[in-house]
Amino acid sequence: MTDLAVPVTTRKDWASDQEVRWCPGCGDYSILSAVQLLLPELGIRRENTVFVSGIGCAARFPYYMNTYGMHSIHGRAPAIATGLAVSRPDLDVWVVTGDGDSLSIGGNHLVHALRRNVNLTILMFNNQIYGLTKGQYSPTSEVGKITKSTPFGSLDAPFNPVSLALGAEATFVARTHDLDRKHMVETFRRAHDHRGASFVEVYQNCNVFNDGAFEAINGKENRADMLIPLEHGQPIRFGADGEHGVASDGHGGLRLVEVADVGEDALVIHDERQVNPSLAFALSRLATGPHEPTPIGVFRAVERPDYGSLVDQQLLEAQNRQGVGDLASLLRSGATWNYD
Amino acid sequence: MTTKSKLANEPGKVETIDQIVIRFAGDSGDGMQVTGDRFTDESALFGNDLSTFPNYPAEIRAPAGTLAGVSAFQIHISDHEILTPGDAPNVLVAMNPAALKANVNDLPTGGTLVINVDSFDERDLAKAGYEANPLKDGSLSAFRIYEIPMTSLTIEACKPTGAKPRDAERSKNFFALGLLSWLYHRPIDDTESWIVRRYGKAPVVAEANTLAFRAGYNFGETAEIFESSYEIAPAEHLPGTYTNVTGNVALAWGLLAAAHLAKLPLFLGSYPITPASDILHELSKHKKFGVRTLQAEDEIAGIGAALGAAFGGALGVTTTSGPGIDLKSETVGLAVSLELPLLIVDIQRGGPSTGLPTKTEQSDLLHAMFGRHGEAPVPIVAAKTPSHCFDAAIEAARIALKYRTPVYLLSDGYLANGSEPWRLPDVESLPDISVEFTTEPNATGADGEATFWPFKRDPETLARPWAVPGTPGLEHRIGGLEKQDGIGTVSYEPANHDVMIHARAAKIAGIAKDMAPVEADDPGGKARVLLLGWGSTYAAITAGVKRVRKAGKSVAQLHLVHLNPFPPNLGEVLRAYEVILVPEGNLGHLTRLVRSDFLVDAKVMSKVEGTPFRVGEIQDAILLEIERLGSPQAARGQSTKEAAL
Repeated sequence: MTDLAVPVTTRKDWASDQEVRWCPGCGDYSILSAVQLLLPELGIRRENTVFVSGIGCAARFPYYMNTYGMHSIHGRAPAIATGLAVSRPDLDVWVVTGDGDSLSIGGNHLVHALRRNVNLTILMFNNQIYGLTKGQYSPTSEVGKITKSTPFGSLDAPFNPVSLALGAEATFVARTHDLDRKHMVETFRRAHDHRGASFVEVYQNCNVFNDGAFEAINGKENRADMLIPLEHGQPIRFGADGEHGVASDGHGGLRLVEVADVGEDALVIHDERQVNPSLAFALSRLATGPHEPTPIGVFRAVERPDYGSLVDQQLLEAQNRQGVGDLASLLRSGATWNYD
Repeated sequence: MTTKSKLANEPGKVETIDQIVIRFAGDSGDGMQVTGDRFTDESALFGNDLSTFPNYPAEIRAPAGTLAGVSAFQIHISDHEILTPGDAPNVLVAMNPAALKANVNDLPTGGTLVINVDSFDERDLAKAGYEANPLKDGSLSAFRIYEIPMTSLTIEACKPTGAKPRDAERSKNFFALGLLSWLYHRPIDDTESWIVRRYGKAPVVAEANTLAFRAGYNFGETAEIFESSYEIAPAEHLPGTYTNVTGNVALAWGLLAAAHLAKLPLFLGSYPITPASDILHELSKHKKFGVRTLQAEDEIAGIGAALGAAFGGALGVTTTSGPGIDLKSETVGLAVSLELPLLIVDIQRGGPSTGLPTKTEQSDLLHAMFGRHGEAPVPIVAAKTPSHCFDAAIEAARIALKYRTPVYLLSDGYLANGSEPWRLPDVESLPDISVEFTTEPNATGADGEATFWPFKRDPETLARPWAVPGTPGLEHRIGGLEKQDGIGTVSYEPANHDVMIHARAAKIAGIAKDMAPVEADDPGGKARVLLLGWGSTYAAITAGVKRVRKAGKSVAQLHLVHLNPFPPNLGEVLRAYEVILVPEGNLGHLTRLVRSDFLVDAKVMSKVEGTPFRVGEIQDAILLEIERLGSPQAARGQSTKEAAL
């Protein structure tokens, strides 16, 4: 629906009157402000915008937005949002979740929302820790993590959220981080504009229970050498002077190279629109954790009909073919007989 | 079964009987459910009253010929009003030794056995665990036995189709159907055209089934092994249009009707589970009604999606059975907290855990009532017959929408798969259950501006306003955290929590004001024993009560549809009786509830065998209670004494 008369709004219009209650210094503040900065630019209406969340620190997000919102149950936000988005295709439905919420207790709902390509914008705040329950390791924590529940170090291997989303057939997968507002705003914009399920991993610092988890890659002095910006159609390179790059490793994967060593032509050109997700996946495997050079930006953005539109198409086809359902005829659709 | 003989003009004797109970039993691959369904449709078209009870194994294809693989379909047809599929069959059709062995104990002395004798070879007898052939060792001497080589006659009849004997043999259920159709004077034209419709895509199969069906019918007419055939006159019926429905189909149609009456789109979030899946299947067919069905990734997502749709202004429904109910509990709790309309349909089956997936039970009532953490009251509506599932769905939706609450709608495996003729309601006469969305601010903020308070309750119903996304100016956030009364923002304040808990409880309790008072069915008002029931026991209790009254004794009956809250005058009604007997398919769920709510000495009559109560069991239990009471004086003395204790 084209809406010519969308009122002009400012960031303030999108903020609710509720006091924001994350810990001072939490990365969530900058993500909230990036979203509130972006929304006035999208030409959408507040009343048609819904934020749905599960449980966890990130899940308080809807309370701070002056839109419709639901703070639901641990892990279930993608399921609840699926019902809303499918039954109300006119709405802009956002899911705000964390690494525990969406990759542990809600892992099943996340992968199925992605697989179905439900028209949702999913922002996954990854701080690699359980914050609200005061500091247990999460499914994205590095092996050996010492926490209250793992005093001798955690034993289980973490998920790579971008790899997981790609494996779940996501049509839009991106990564950004809480220290770069401009990058967040642009990444969220792309995610919002994508029709279908968009998954954005946001590296987010928990300054109380996991402070500095991403410092090695997104600390001001480290960024140039440790973040690999992905730009569609451009050779993948990074470093203050673009001296590092990404090239094929000859075995179906990718490797980090020095441009001076291999020459510019050896660099891989980023193509987020490849239907085959192999390149995106290889990019997601470049770093084993946020201590090695890590790609940020849009890994994958491909077109596939979203689930809700397909549902509506079936309804429309049925009505075109058979006419709108009539209750009295339905009751008489089996064998009937009359008594006088 | 009463019979009166008459000589008809046609060759062969015809007897008129007033009712008959037939059980078709065979291997689960033998098509017994199809046979039963067709016999049901023929009988319905003919005008008999009827009630059916399919009984099939949980395994889709247990090893052929074994007891584990026996599938059965029982049908009760009559020339008068009946309610149950019959306590025991008068006729057992057994397609193989396992079917005989699994069912013959239910056949009373003098009952009729129709046997597919071709299957009684050494191999099949061994598979069924028979050491000797029961047809030859005299163990079946109490029955009237008809041994018919159904397999070979079917293969012979199907020769013109060119089908291989192995394939042709599969039509033997239609031979049995044809034979029984002849024996009980069923109209057969409809079945013949049905076969063509159903199997039209495989013409050889359609032809084989038709030929087998005719062969069975003709065999009955010409073989002269039956002494007579039987007529059962059509029953008297209220005028109207009838159809035969199973509980699950009626429930699905009830949901479509509820959405239509509420003027809301229907959204079903569901996960496949026996015996509820047929509701998902049925609703998935009716896209032209605009119903959106989502086969979710799990039970939790099924109800989650339904709740999300409800937030968006749809009639949100989830359908499941016991194991699914366990998983959905957290979302039911959220819906209680959010105060959004939601229907949770529970087709109960034998539990605990996986239990008896294909067998009936009524053991989820206390889960529906209490199965959530915190103070989380949920209204409960229970269907009592297959066709009543339609009305119960509308009533459950009405309560959910009006009071903005999740509602449990309980049915069970017996109702779900059982069928009965249903006098179709006039669609125009169905209630309007529509509610208004809130579109305007309802409060004034601290700044003096008009604002929206999502938890400002209607003073009458205590329901909160339902403002759906897309409504300008009413943007609001709701969640599972406790909310400040009225304004609806998060509140951890102790006194407010107390207010909200009481408000939610009062809202649900207040639904009773919205119900008609109940009245026990107590002709003459002399009964001292009351039969109190809920759900699918309705048929057996009603039939049992009728028999007792026929024998000249007084007994009262009350069947509840609303289980939470109870009807407003229930305590008063119960206290008028000296004995309250509660037949239920559990160890005493309703019994506990009425005892604790009303301090009455209700007694449970339990049955947890995966099958419905038999009428005879109910009848005997009532008579025993009446006998125990003895003379009115003695009984009064005793009950006073008990009360004093």
